[in-house]
Amino acid sequence: MLSLFSVVFTFLALFLLIPGLFISRRLRVPFSLENIIRFFKITASKYDDERNDERGPMGEKKKRAKNRMPKHVAVILDGNRRWAEKRGLGTSDGHEAGAKRLMENAKDCFAMGTNTISLFAFSTENWERPEDEVKCLMALFEKHFKSEMPYFQRDKIRISVIGNRSKISRSLLGLIEEVEEATKSYEGKQLIIAIDYSGRFDILQACKNLAMKVKDGLIQVEDIDEKAMENELMTKCSEFPNPDLLIRTSGEQRISNFFLWQSAYTELYFPNVLWPDFGEAEYLEALTWYQQRQRRFGKRV
Amino acid sequence: MAELAGQIKRMNGGINQLLEQIFGFSRRCLFRVISMGPIPNHLAFIMDGNRRYAKKCGLEEGSGHKAGFSALMLMLQYCYELGIKYVTIYAFSIDNFRRQPEEVQCLMDLMLEKIKSLLEKESIVHQYGIRVYFIGNLALLNDQVRDAAEEVMKATAKNSRVVLLICIAYNSTDEILQAVKKSCINKLDNIEASGSYKHEDSDIEAKDMENQEKKIQLVDIEENMQMSVAPNPDILIRSSGETRLSNFLLWQTGNSQLCSPAALWPEIGLRHLVWAILNFQRSHSYLEKRKKQL
Repeated sequence: MLSLFSVVFTFLALFLLIPGLFISRRLRVPFSLENIIRFFKITASKYDDERNDERGPMGEKKKRAKNRMPKHVAVILDGNRRWAEKRGLGTSDGHEAGAKRLMENAKDCFAMGTNTISLFAFSTENWERPEDEVKCLMALFEKHFKSEMPYFQRDKIRISVIGNRSKISRSLLGLIEEVEEATKSYEGKQLIIAIDYSGRFDILQACKNLAMKVKDGLIQVEDIDEKAMENELMTKCSEFPNPDLLIRTSGEQRISNFFLWQSAYTELYFPNVLWPDFGEAEYLEALTWYQQRQRRFGKRV
Repeated sequence: MAELAGQIKRMNGGINQLLEQIFGFSRRCLFRVISMGPIPNHLAFIMDGNRRYAKKCGLEEGSGHKAGFSALMLMLQYCYELGIKYVTIYAFSIDNFRRQPEEVQCLMDLMLEKIKSLLEKESIVHQYGIRVYFIGNLALLNDQVRDAAEEVMKATAKNSRVVLLICIAYNSTDEILQAVKKSCINKLDNIEASGSYKHEDSDIEAKDMENQEKKIQLVDIEENMQMSVAPNPDILIRSSGETRLSNFLLWQTGNSQLCSPAALWPEIGLRHLVWAILNFQRSHSYLEKRKKQL
């Protein structure tokens, strides 16, 4: 008798109480003839809409889609260490695979018509990682800058490195300046690499510059507006400083202090795949997702 | 017959009340279970999807926002029951002024009505002891709304249990710019004040200190931000499935968990909140470790 009672009670709890918690009581429409008729009308109109979408002005939709390629794509390259762990490799192998994937993806991206690509290669917070990992990353940067320079020059890609340069080693700094100098005249394609970058640091250094200008009398306090800020941020080196699409791999849904000011209206995409596995197919998925977004910027379309 | 109908209605009301009590009890049990893990200190909401909801249900234009308001009250109740101390909501952006004037006027009227209702005795403010802040460029609002907002801020200034920050006529870029301007003005005033008396010994240390004081530091900007009254949000929830920040709390959400349930704002419910908090708890221990390293 007791066991029967406990079984029944468990079933009741599982199937009534707990789902009952989540049923929204606000949406209950009073049961009346008017509302039944309205329900039928709405369902009918939804069915009509779906039919029209299928046949409808496909040509117009396709044209709209073509015009909506993102001009600036930002990527947070997350997941190298987890990728290596999954395969029983070391962290440096993970970063190596990530770097290889980076160059392939950059080529695909530019081929599909994107103008600017930004990469979050090394954040200010990453200095806290173990020393050998940091050394390995810096060595990786040096190696790839050297080896990819001819490709950048052949395909006329302008390279810009943004971030706080005070902690980077002399040799890497020299390489960075060399690459930037060699590619500075190219237009149409730009690769922005963020090394020792932090979104807050970017805004802070822009504020300091503006404050110096005010102190020296070059501008008035009232002249400080969004345009003035944009001209002081590190992304001023690009024609399109604000990313249209930001991709962060490995499923984490955070911006982690990457572009803060610049990503005010950026579409954020968080695929679950780890960075070394993010290839052309995944990028096409991201693009398709982006093209379905309705970007309103606060107004009604 | 009328008697019977009356009796059925009363029974209905009684059953409804009983069900509400049972669900309320189970909800509090659920919250107790969730509180075993870490609970976020500050939750931020972008209330997106009111107009689409009105269109979906065939209602008239303004009623989507009204339905959104009741959803908001429900979510606030859940948050405060769970023990979340700070809740921020994105009520109206500076960009929204560019919408059709009738819609803007309708929103302003709704906000005036709801802000005034916060002052009533039975409102949620008094029930939970909420301190209300209005964050944003209040000068852009019309006089009535601004006065009502300031009255509410004054009336709730003594409450300290939980905090509600309502972002109205707000843009994150605008907030940062205002903070920069204030820091510049403060620094200029400091420089003028310190320049008015001469330094007797001009050794290098004193000069360095002077130079440091003249430069703007991170703390200057952070102090002058309007959102400095609350810590950074732990979770940012944007309804209706869009994954963008739309110029909301850009400075503060650098390390926040971003959630975008597909439900429109008036449809948001307990399950979305619970899911967001469970996700937060999953990545919390890793983030705490990172914070300690910093």
